[in-house]
Amino acid sequence: MELTRIITVEGRGIPVRGDDIDTDRIIPARYLKEITFSRMGEYPFYDERFTPEGETKDHPFNDPRCQGASLLVANANFGCGSSREHAPQALMRWGIKAVIAESLAEIFAGNCTMIGVPAVTLSAPDIRRLQDLLGTRPETPMCLNLQARILTLGEVQFEIQIPESRRQALMEGTWDSTALLLSNLPMARKTAGALPYQNGFIS
Amino acid sequence: MAQNTLYNKVWDAHRVAVLPTGQDQLLIGLHLVHEVTSPQAFDALRENNWTVAFPERTFATCDHIIPTHSAERPFEDPMAETMMAALEGNVREFGIPLYDLPSGKQGIVHIVGPERGLTQPGMTIACGDSHTSTHGAFGTLAFGIGTSQVRDVLATGCLAMDPLKVRKIEVTGKLAPGVTPKDVILHIINRLGVNGGLGYAYEYAGGVFDAMTMEGRMTVCNMSIEGGARIGYVNPDEETFRFLKGREFAPSGGAWDSAVSWWKTLASDKDAVYDDVAVFAGEEIKPMITWGINPGQSIAVDQSLPVPEDFPLEERASLEAAYNHMKWIPGQKAVELPVQTVFIGSCTNGRLSDLREAAGVVKGKKIHPGVRGIVVPGSQEVRKAAMEEGLHRIFEEAGFQWRLAGCSMCLAMNPDKLSGDEICASSSNRNFIGRQGSARGRTLLMSPAMAAAAALNGRVTDIRDLT
Repeated sequence: MELTRIITVEGRGIPVRGDDIDTDRIIPARYLKEITFSRMGEYPFYDERFTPEGETKDHPFNDPRCQGASLLVANANFGCGSSREHAPQALMRWGIKAVIAESLAEIFAGNCTMIGVPAVTLSAPDIRRLQDLLGTRPETPMCLNLQARILTLGEVQFEIQIPESRRQALMEGTWDSTALLLSNLPMARKTAGALPYQNGFIS
Repeated sequence: MAQNTLYNKVWDAHRVAVLPTGQDQLLIGLHLVHEVTSPQAFDALRENNWTVAFPERTFATCDHIIPTHSAERPFEDPMAETMMAALEGNVREFGIPLYDLPSGKQGIVHIVGPERGLTQPGMTIACGDSHTSTHGAFGTLAFGIGTSQVRDVLATGCLAMDPLKVRKIEVTGKLAPGVTPKDVILHIINRLGVNGGLGYAYEYAGGVFDAMTMEGRMTVCNMSIEGGARIGYVNPDEETFRFLKGREFAPSGGAWDSAVSWWKTLASDKDAVYDDVAVFAGEEIKPMITWGINPGQSIAVDQSLPVPEDFPLEERASLEAAYNHMKWIPGQKAVELPVQTVFIGSCTNGRLSDLREAAGVVKGKKIHPGVRGIVVPGSQEVRKAAMEEGLHRIFEEAGFQWRLAGCSMCLAMNPDKLSGDEICASSSNRNFIGRQGSARGRTLLMSPAMAAAAALNGRVTDIRDLT
């Protein structure tokens, strides 16, 4: 299986402000009735971007200056709630290649990693500064460098945090973990065999 | 680093290998599958010619999209029908048992697992649903996963996981009358925050949990994720064993005794080391409601809504966002909040004891004429047991609709939804904007008893004033 190593992500930023933005807001549940992810790119933040009558609301994902952006900059506890992978799928298929937040819900951050979208954190003041800079100059190029653990916005540098295992998985291209796990299947069967509940509690 | 906790013992027993990334390869002892988060995972298996590695440890049911007014197939919603048919095709192709509508064993996945006796102490349990933490009530490590991880568990029986820290949450003493497990978890989330559990497994302990039924423990563990903790558990004890004995998949005969002996070794040791400890007094917990747009924005029912100006500047934005959606007046009393729909059900509070609790409140009374009330049992088995006790008649005579088993209005992936800016007193788990199917809908989370009381009065009601 071909490995895709993710070392840097370059592009423009898009700020989405607010703490505790849950995955129901990122993608409303009605879109989870589709049995493939192929159209998810049409739906991120749908109910925050459009009225029930289909009129456009004020939202960064509707802002012409943010179209084509790839680095999402969010606040605390981003992606909380439902485990729906549809949320990072919707963001990714819209064009987001990395998520930068003050903090990230765990299942969401794990789901991002599983689809090759680095999810990293910065301090609250750094996030606010980044969002303010993006608010005034959204065209400024950004670069996330996992190797150096640095995020740049034009000339400004920020030091990012990411669990080391996730950084390794992204940089080594093992974020798509199935092949790696499968290679240990005989060991997994051995582990299973030693568990009382998997052998009928015969001691 | 936590030591000698149940978390440590169960995690270590399921560690297959340490991966080159430094993550653990963790064996998953029970994989529960439902219709919404699995189709893409089965597609990936087909594309790669993979099989299901542990089909005997994999079970499926259907819950999110199931209409609760009619079980007739094809479903009226063609997308729901397509999704259901996809699950049926996938379980047939990959050899996985399915608790479907005709089985009599269908229901919300987190109610079905314990009900069948599939959920047992010492297991690692994964499911493509964040409320998988429910199963922690049995002393398991149970957590929600995304669809790519569902694919991994299907294909390999394993996940690549980072270890967690463990926070012991001790609730001492006893609960006051009218205070339920739902109030306990809403209180905990209120105090520790909706992101307080990031990076942690929560171990619930203390007198209140010792005395709590399994169904109550499931309610608490269910909402661990609303506090940011992917895993929440209670150490197994006699109450756990009593609940399990005689269930379909529970060990029997000689195996039962060896199972109990093993289960007893799993509880956290007396000298266990925790990364953090939080202590609450059970007596101080009151009936709770949420008033805002996340499960941490809650107050005791005898209090008034917070006034943003009383809070430090950095906390105001969240409060203002909540007021902007909920349209309340700051400082308003909780019991002044009107209610138009009442939903009793969900994986949080859709079990028999929850229905009994709500029925006890409305028995012989009528719900407010302005209220639409629906009661949705969490599983077909819960529904049957409730009907044998006549609970459906109590609800129907009070003016509630008595429905078929499913997730229903908890997340509105089915015909049960709010409309417009309707206000719903809900026994479910999330008050997120749009969660109940209307972008402007408003959700107040509370216990089944408090939801039933709100139905009677058409407004939030202190259950203690009714009794």
